[in-house]
Amino acid sequence: MKKTSRFFLGIFGLILGIIWIFPFYMILTNSFKTPKGIFASVLSLPTNGTTANYGNSFKALDFMNSLGHSLLITVISVLIIVFFSSMAAYALQRNKSKLSGALLMLFVSAMLIPFQTVMIPLTANFGHVHMLNMWGLMFMYLGFDASLSIFLYQGTMGSIPIAMDESAELEGANRFQIFFKIIFPMLTPITVTVGILNIIAIWNDYLLPSLVLPQNQYTIPLQMFFFFGEYTKQWHLALAGLTLSIIPVILFYIFAQRYIIKGVTDGAVK
Amino acid sequence: MKNRSLSFWLFLTPTLVALALVVFIPAIMGIFYSFTNWDGLGYTEMLGFKNYITLFHNSGFLAALWFTVKFVIVTVILLNVIGLGLALLVTQKFKGSNLLRTVFFMPNLIGGLILGFIWQFIFTEAFDALGKAFHMAWLTGWLTDGKTGFWGLVIVTVWQMSGYIMIIYIAYLQNIPSEVIEAAEMDGASPWQRFVHITFPMIAPAFTVCMFLTLSNGFKIYDQNLSLTNGGPYKSTEMLAMNIVNTAYSENNFALAEAKALIFFLIVAAISLLQVYYNRKREVDL
Repeated sequence: MKKTSRFFLGIFGLILGIIWIFPFYMILTNSFKTPKGIFASVLSLPTNGTTANYGNSFKALDFMNSLGHSLLITVISVLIIVFFSSMAAYALQRNKSKLSGALLMLFVSAMLIPFQTVMIPLTANFGHVHMLNMWGLMFMYLGFDASLSIFLYQGTMGSIPIAMDESAELEGANRFQIFFKIIFPMLTPITVTVGILNIIAIWNDYLLPSLVLPQNQYTIPLQMFFFFGEYTKQWHLALAGLTLSIIPVILFYIFAQRYIIKGVTDGAVK
Repeated sequence: MKNRSLSFWLFLTPTLVALALVVFIPAIMGIFYSFTNWDGLGYTEMLGFKNYITLFHNSGFLAALWFTVKFVIVTVILLNVIGLGLALLVTQKFKGSNLLRTVFFMPNLIGGLILGFIWQFIFTEAFDALGKAFHMAWLTGWLTDGKTGFWGLVIVTVWQMSGYIMIIYIAYLQNIPSEVIEAAEMDGASPWQRFVHITFPMIAPAFTVCMFLTLSNGFKIYDQNLSLTNGGPYKSTEMLAMNIVNTAYSENNFALAEAKALIFFLIVAAISLLQVYYNRKREVDL
């Protein structure tokens, strides 16, 4: 490519990048203003900047608690999903019968059912057995997210030669030992993908937890929605709260960027 | 592993039980309840297709369906054009192209609920300020009517998902062997010719994936709708998913909500299956 056209591409990219960043820039700068400061000028940098908004919204959001719930629910759910769906995919992939083909189709067809179709009977049923809490939620995530995870796992499992299983079997290993000691470690790249996809989906989920969790187990998105209802149009607090709530995501993105992009690509393409 | 072996079933049972209890049993119950007068606890009579007749007459469903269809058409086009455009841009070699990739993708990691709130501030406060500063009246009063609410939702969705679509197109663009492009260059093909005759056919499979994703995601959007406009003003920006949720949990009309949810399922499933089938047929296998 010629030098000049490369230069103009760079400029064009820069402008687009600024447009993309603009919303983040706006909430960050305005989160340091007083209500008067926001009213006087939205577009300027804060003149008499204040950090009080952060302290206040930190308290109003009960931030440490909602962060804790988000972390707990996301981590345990993802561990459950990885553990059980990799096992299920192994059973389906190593069994070449009509039955396993049919079961795989069953899992895949579940992906076509939108959440709204099942949400009312689902929450009614779980309510009957007093499982409308974070533990019930984790079980529901296994049901909703196992399909895609199994699909991804069994696609990769085919490339692991069955001779691996057989030689371990000859040495006297049982099925669980074969899977967890030999097969599962070889699946690490796809485990990272499955983990990343589920972390993003569960961390950001709003509708399901809003129907399932009691208020003392609220996650960040739920607390944020509640907070907006309480403090309508108090943008100085809201913007500080929004900034707080995206910090964990940005940190995650910075540390795991390579894996995130690979995981998201695999999840969509496979 | 044999069908009858204990380990086969031990490995499968936990996920099968979860799938049954969380997806299939509630789905079957929901379909059944949609033919009754179920109130969330019990039902007293079978109504036949009465709920389905109600939903096509005066229940807000058709308005939400029409709004959603318009939204999906606009976002599918914009997301694929912009997503592919961004992918072509950041795969060129210039300073900062990797950083740009990071920036474009970032909104995709933040939940729709949070993004909707962020953009509520941008549309109502920042747009207003920009409109006044530059005397552009069209930038003021956003989200106060159905039209700006519609475009607001489109902008948020495009801003959020373009980076995702970009990543998928990049994956396919990188699979094009560079010799093919170089050979065309040697033969004197212009950049436009190279794009139309080589790049475009070779990333055809990416269209299957991206069309499918943008179509079904567009129909299912809820969070952004809730936090950006909450369907307002006067339900003018209520999308399908929100219409169903509100019918259930605001109006407590659970049986009608289930009837709507079943139609919703049929639409989403039909589009997904059709799209995959249609695109598989015309993919160029190189």
